[in-house]
Amino acid sequence: MPLLEIKNVKKYYSTPRGLLHAVDDVTMNIEKGKTIGIVGESGCGKSTLGKTLIRMEDATAGEIWFDGQEITGMQHHEFRKMRMKMQMIFQDPYSSLDPRMSVYQLIAEPIQTYKLAQGKKDLEEKVFGLMEEVGLAKRLSNSYPHELDGGRRQRIGIARALSLDPEFIVCDEPVSALDVSIQAQILNLLMDLQKDKDLTYMFITHDMSVVKHISDDIAVMYLGQVVEKAGFEELFARPLHPYSKALFSAIPVPSIHNRRERILLKGEITSPVNPKPCCRFAARCPHAEDICRQTEPKLRDMGNGHFCKCHRAGEV
Amino acid sequence: MSKITTPAMVKLNKKTKGRHKETGNTPMQEGLKRLRKNKTAMAGMIIILFLIIIAIFAPLIAPYGYQEQSYTEVRLGPSLQHLFGTDHLGRDIFSRCVYGTRYSLPIGLICTLLGLVIGGGLGLVAAYFGGRTDNIIMRIIDIIQAIPSILLCIALVAILGNGMWQLVVAITAGTIQGMTKNVRAAVFMVRNNEYVNSSKSIGVSDFQIMIRHLVPNAVGIIVINAVGVVATSILTISSLSYLGVGLVAPTPEWGAILAEGKQYMAVAPHMVYFPGLMIAITVVAFYLFGNGLRDALDPRLK
Repeated sequence: MPLLEIKNVKKYYSTPRGLLHAVDDVTMNIEKGKTIGIVGESGCGKSTLGKTLIRMEDATAGEIWFDGQEITGMQHHEFRKMRMKMQMIFQDPYSSLDPRMSVYQLIAEPIQTYKLAQGKKDLEEKVFGLMEEVGLAKRLSNSYPHELDGGRRQRIGIARALSLDPEFIVCDEPVSALDVSIQAQILNLLMDLQKDKDLTYMFITHDMSVVKHISDDIAVMYLGQVVEKAGFEELFARPLHPYSKALFSAIPVPSIHNRRERILLKGEITSPVNPKPCCRFAARCPHAEDICRQTEPKLRDMGNGHFCKCHRAGEV
Repeated sequence: MSKITTPAMVKLNKKTKGRHKETGNTPMQEGLKRLRKNKTAMAGMIIILFLIIIAIFAPLIAPYGYQEQSYTEVRLGPSLQHLFGTDHLGRDIFSRCVYGTRYSLPIGLICTLLGLVIGGGLGLVAAYFGGRTDNIIMRIIDIIQAIPSILLCIALVAILGNGMWQLVVAITAGTIQGMTKNVRAAVFMVRNNEYVNSSKSIGVSDFQIMIRHLVPNAVGIIVINAVGVVATSILTISSLSYLGVGLVAPTPEWGAILAEGKQYMAVAPHMVYFPGLMIAITVVAFYLFGNGLRDALDPRLK
């Protein structure tokens, strides 16, 4: 049984111009101990999806089953216990840590919130234990976030998420605000932690080289919908959706001789407000035909665990 | 080989002793250290403490009683017998000013604290929850604000009667709306920060988020406002006394002394200068201290 089952989850926001379809009909399963990478450009709803899963935003429709329990319909006091198991690591380690709190206070906050420590001594032990686990020196416990570099701050964010012993962590672009050299350190830390604690990640990013590094499965999102989904090797070897192809062609190749042809997308992104029932990528797709502009494609099984939401998948 | 120690090293060791704890100082210690290093804040604090001491020991410090009249010494200028001179009834202004600390200071402070708790609380709730809660609270505040605060005070005093506590209630009522608006504005600026979301995602309760994240991050503006309110409260007492609805006649409240002196400003300006000076010194002291406090509370300023 998968740890997380997401069934037809929708998240709409009402705006003055109409309903904004931030997440539209997303269905996927996430297996325990695996990492699913969610890729897509800014504004495609990947962060909203992550937030909806841990109920920072309430889903408009759909079901989310975590560990055999449906969570979208839960009352707040019921969900409290589940929340401990689902945590989030935020994108920007500069703004996601309260500047008035010391490292110690920041890491102690979740433990105090759920009263997981017996007395001051126990709390201290737990906080220092977590700091060691994420690679923060003990002497930093009374420092403030602004005194530390981005990597160390993100380690604080990771320690906060880990402090409640979660099973599932939404990593919302955890390395995109960091230096490339530090990105690797944080990614390695996340992978080590996954191995040690059997964690399940949803890794949201727009950086294809990062997702390649860490994911088992990858889902490509475009305007609120999952347009392609497959195991990471399968997807990198055989991208089917024209949007995925364009995304993959944007990964820089570290070689001056091997110049790949890049697919440049033209046209505007379709508005996510009251979208028409057609392929949402049709306006920018180099292979779009009449059918693409008239009916919405379904997420089709293309074999080998590969799903693609395109009328012309396999043809072009 | 034995270690080499020079006098300079010994001196340095002494200086840095205690600083090399494994984990450094706690936030509280750091804050106090910053406050102590801030000279203007310390100056403000010393003046405030000095005023409090004067208030406590007023009968010992004042050379005359505050309503002791002497008809042979009317409207005398400052001299050694009467440091601040005498008023139109021959009362010693210095003594009256000394006794005045017993009224102006506590009323100013209590009104501010009450206003901060009630108004600040309302502003905090309004800004944090937003939407309908915000709308209801702010419309009520708007209605209160439509009544001029001095009129509100007079009306309340008229209903409740004269006296210290009635005055406190009246002045507090006048400060609430300003406090609510200021705190709301200050909290609005910090409530959309990502760290608030981060705490929400962990499951921290709304109350904890307000107390532990929003208030500390908005505290700079709140403190500065509160200090301003201490000053205006003291001035409001004075205006009310001047209008005759404040403290009753012989009470040596600074504003009342000032008000009495106004009539004789042309012939005996000292009757206005000294109580005015006392108010000014107090207000400035609170401002200095408030500024320093704001800086001490912010770990980013070192």
